[in-house]
Amino acid sequence: MSLLEAKGFKVHYGGIQAVRGVDFEVGEGELVCLIGANGAGKSSILKGLMGLVQHGGEIRFAGERLSGRPTHAIARLGLALVPEGRGIFGRLTVAENLDMGAYSRRDTAVVRSDLARVYRLFPRLAERRTQLAGTLSGGEQQMLAIGRAMMARPRLLLLDEPSMGLAPLMVQKIYQTITDIAREGVTILLVEQNAHLALQVSQRGYVMESGAMVLSGSSDLLANDPGVKAAYLGE
Amino acid sequence: MDIFIQQLINGLVLGSIYALVALGYTMVYGILELINFAHGEVTMIGAMVALAVIGALLGAHPELPGMMVLLAGVLVAVPACMALGFVIERVAYRPLRKAPRLAPLITAIGVSIVLQNAAMLIWGRGYVSFPAILPRGRHDLLGATVSDLQIAIVALSILTMFGLVFLVNHTRLGRAMRATAQSREVAELMGVNVNTVISATFIIGSALAAIAGVMVSAYYGLAHYYMGFLLGLKAFSAAVLGGIGNITGAVLGGLLLGVIEALGAGYIGDLTGGFLGSNYQDVFAFMVLILVLVFRPSGLLGERVASRA
Repeated sequence: MSLLEAKGFKVHYGGIQAVRGVDFEVGEGELVCLIGANGAGKSSILKGLMGLVQHGGEIRFAGERLSGRPTHAIARLGLALVPEGRGIFGRLTVAENLDMGAYSRRDTAVVRSDLARVYRLFPRLAERRTQLAGTLSGGEQQMLAIGRAMMARPRLLLLDEPSMGLAPLMVQKIYQTITDIAREGVTILLVEQNAHLALQVSQRGYVMESGAMVLSGSSDLLANDPGVKAAYLGE
Repeated sequence: MDIFIQQLINGLVLGSIYALVALGYTMVYGILELINFAHGEVTMIGAMVALAVIGALLGAHPELPGMMVLLAGVLVAVPACMALGFVIERVAYRPLRKAPRLAPLITAIGVSIVLQNAAMLIWGRGYVSFPAILPRGRHDLLGATVSDLQIAIVALSILTMFGLVFLVNHTRLGRAMRATAQSREVAELMGVNVNTVISATFIIGSALAAIAGVMVSAYYGLAHYYMGFLLGLKAFSAAVLGGIGNITGAVLGGLLLGVIEALGAGYIGDLTGGFLGSNYQDVFAFMVLILVLVFRPSGLLGERVASRA
């Protein structure tokens, strides 16, 4: 059984249907990507999973139904979202942001070792731990957002456009870290407009177009699909 | 010069009470961007409940030491106001969380009216006087007089404010409050139950209001069902002066407003050649409010909107 299973999953904003009844799944330990053009409904899927927007259909996470639960309860089940635009707390320090990631955890000793791990993963954050997060550069804020999500010890990490607005060198660094995190066994669902990057690091992928899944398969297969090549890889 | 120092002292005492009430306004605004106009009434209820307990205790056991009776009054008034604050948020604001801004403002005024009238029905229309159980020592300070009561008010205010600052800056709840103030959605993503945090904010603010209510009735020697209105409005002005949403700002605004008001009352006679007397002291708070709103709407320590994450 998959860790995350969605059947007929819909998201709507008022009367507008952003996701029109899609099926997808993420297995334990997988890195799955969701690619597609701007406005295809990728971010809506992540927001719907976290209960931030109205949704319908059936979603099960580790056997539990997610529909109808408030966002904080979904987070406590082990889903962590790194939102588009990072969503760091600018007026909290770097260390306080990371503490917020572990907000619902009681295992203080393990939290402390997780904090050390995040600082190892992102030495830059360790240097700036007492600085207000709002003073960090865009790339550093992205590191902080990922580190903060890791502090929750998520069973499923949801990443929304982690490369957006970053310099190429920083994108490389962030993607290196995503690969490292996946190698440690964390299950990841990655939403990315940059299909090149996403298909490079993931094992499987889904392609979205105007609210529907139009293609799915192993990332190698997708990367060689003539349609994907033409539409998303610019070849 | 004596008048100056005397009024400075009086202003700081009054200001520390304003600051305690202003903190309640500013904390709620920081998280919900809502002006809880019923907050002044919570202060009044705190004073009334404490006085009722003090009166009943003195009636039954006149031999009890005054400080103990006062403490008992505070110990009942604080939890009573905490419960009241919790209920106000649940009944008047939470159902309107997604409504236009104006709606909770109207319910806030409604809650104020309900509380004033309830207090009038319970405790009557007249003044309730504060019994003579307080220490009445006086001390000389640089040619001015400071009473034991004034010292106690300032000391207790400082202690309470330090407690609040510690809570906000160094506890898990405080961190969740600050995170929620910056982004409710992201706080939820971290597993924070935002409704619990909002309730906690109202409860803490109301506890401060209860303490302030007891102080103000002890200071003026009376309480009245209408006392929350003006006090609330002045404390709100103080919060705006300091920069609403900012905790240090509320303390600074409260103290500053108290001093401006006391100095204004002390010198208004001289300034207007005797035309206006010290009974015009209330105009100063609102003059300050108007000036701030015209020249620096974000207040002294107000945050620029752009810095909100």
